[in-house]
Amino acid sequence: MPPETAAKTVAPEAAQRVLTGRRFMLGDHACAEGALAAGLDFFAGYPITPSTEVAEHLASRLPAVGGRFVQMEDELGSIAAIIGASAAGARSFTATSGPGFSLMMENIGLAAMMEIPCVIVNVQRASPSTGLPTMVGQSDILQARWGSHGDYGIVAYCPSSPQECFDQTIDAFNTADRYRIPVFILMDEVVGHMAERVEIPAANEIPHVPRKRPRTKPEEGIFLSYAPDEDLVPPIAHAGEGYKVHMTGLTHDERGYPELTPETHDKLVNRLVDKVRLNALDIVDFDEQHVDDAECVVIAYGCTARSASAAVDQARAEGLRCGLLRPKTIWPFPEERVRRLLEIGKIKRFIVPEINLGQLRREVERLTQLPTIGLNHAGGAMPTPNAILEIIRS
Amino acid sequence: MPKAMNDSIEIRLGGVGGQGIALAGTLLGNAAALYDDKEAVFTQTYGPEARGGASRADIIISDNPIAYPFVTRPHVVAVLFQEAYEKFGQELAPGGLLIVENDLVNARTDDADVVRLPAVKIAEELGNKLAANIVVLGYLIGATNAVSLHAMEEAIRATVNARHLDLDMQALNAGFTLAVEAGND
Repeated sequence: MPPETAAKTVAPEAAQRVLTGRRFMLGDHACAEGALAAGLDFFAGYPITPSTEVAEHLASRLPAVGGRFVQMEDELGSIAAIIGASAAGARSFTATSGPGFSLMMENIGLAAMMEIPCVIVNVQRASPSTGLPTMVGQSDILQARWGSHGDYGIVAYCPSSPQECFDQTIDAFNTADRYRIPVFILMDEVVGHMAERVEIPAANEIPHVPRKRPRTKPEEGIFLSYAPDEDLVPPIAHAGEGYKVHMTGLTHDERGYPELTPETHDKLVNRLVDKVRLNALDIVDFDEQHVDDAECVVIAYGCTARSASAAVDQARAEGLRCGLLRPKTIWPFPEERVRRLLEIGKIKRFIVPEINLGQLRREVERLTQLPTIGLNHAGGAMPTPNAILEIIRS
Repeated sequence: MPKAMNDSIEIRLGGVGGQGIALAGTLLGNAAALYDDKEAVFTQTYGPEARGGASRADIIISDNPIAYPFVTRPHVVAVLFQEAYEKFGQELAPGGLLIVENDLVNARTDDADVVRLPAVKIAEELGNKLAANIVVLGYLIGATNAVSLHAMEEAIRATVNARHLDLDMQALNAGFTLAVEAGND
């Protein structure tokens, strides 16, 4: 959609934060609207195809509802700015694609270590490097999980439609605040640049999970900014509130002061990983189609899941026992669900179509000895339903 | 002519930058998805492919959820530019509807199913040739029932600049009426 069309669609109600109602919109715009509905306060970003429409949309919409929009000098600045804003209590967001995501990796680790919530959408294009800027890819799946150095926990959503771009962006903000982690939305060029109907609920129906906040007053002087509760998540004090807070990427104790010992480090890093790992059942989201009696299960996500869904329906019509498992969170991967399906014992093989050379297939192979067949393309085009159907039939 | 031939219709609009091809596609999507209660997916050419040369807007409209989002074999192709005709004309599904802008496209085929629509001339007579895209839309929905006239009017009202509303409504109805008259012959 050319920008002037988008502006016209939005202008009459620019001051409304939640555009309640039915809209026909791009996935990128739906993501931006999801962020606004989630209470976005601060966006800092650097435009990059195919995510530019997210920033472009927020450049007009966010200031109109009282938020701050900053176009930064680059992606290093963008991620640094949203971490800083979040430390001051703002719901903060940036949008990028593969090359920018790579530049953000260092500070993503810092956000994980300092436990500053932030949300980053990566509208994936064909990679590595600058690759095919305007064409689809799904090859940042493992980078999202492991891209910054060290061990840490993150969550990554993977929408298949503009509606899910809206819904999962809201989920992303809530999950980031709930667990004090960086959360990614791994969109792709196809989903970002397609328009479909999006139903936007009333403002009071938008789910909102607040951050856990200190239970003592600043003047009591007993607040420990990194002392976790039973769920492993420490309450967060915001910059400027008067709490004595120290934040560092160095290994730290419960006050946040550097404590450079192997024991402290092991305890801290395990907690960063475990707060996602042990809460995985609450975080994981997936969708299924005909899996109950399936002998062949297709595991697909993002735009590729749309072709997989059509292929599975067609295969069913031909009498083939085949189903679709669609992870809506890629990380954590719905591995408990896969284990459960394996226990039922009907599955004979998995098919994992992806626009990369087998990144999520590794995750499936880790869980089963059964044949796991990839349908892979390095990027620029998504698999057709027929290509997936042929493998189901074979 | 593919008059609601099944529960799903694939439409490809082709032209050159500035003709309002993307807007026309967006209007079809809005009309179908918001005012006719159908499912609709819109995609378009993007990036270098869309600069200079032929641009394309694709819409699938269906009574059922649409999984694969891309048009593969359009039931309707409407083109407002010679290069778009060369590129997209032969992609039409057998028995499909081909609409060409009469002054801008020289359609070689003598196929009786080609509609040579004087959309620019009609729009000029109404006051502005830039409304040619809406004349084409009017004809397209009159000939196919892809969306209802009412839904398209609502979509135009909600989307286009108020300054152009009268012109666009007239253009829509002019195209629609031509299609209905042609269908009655």
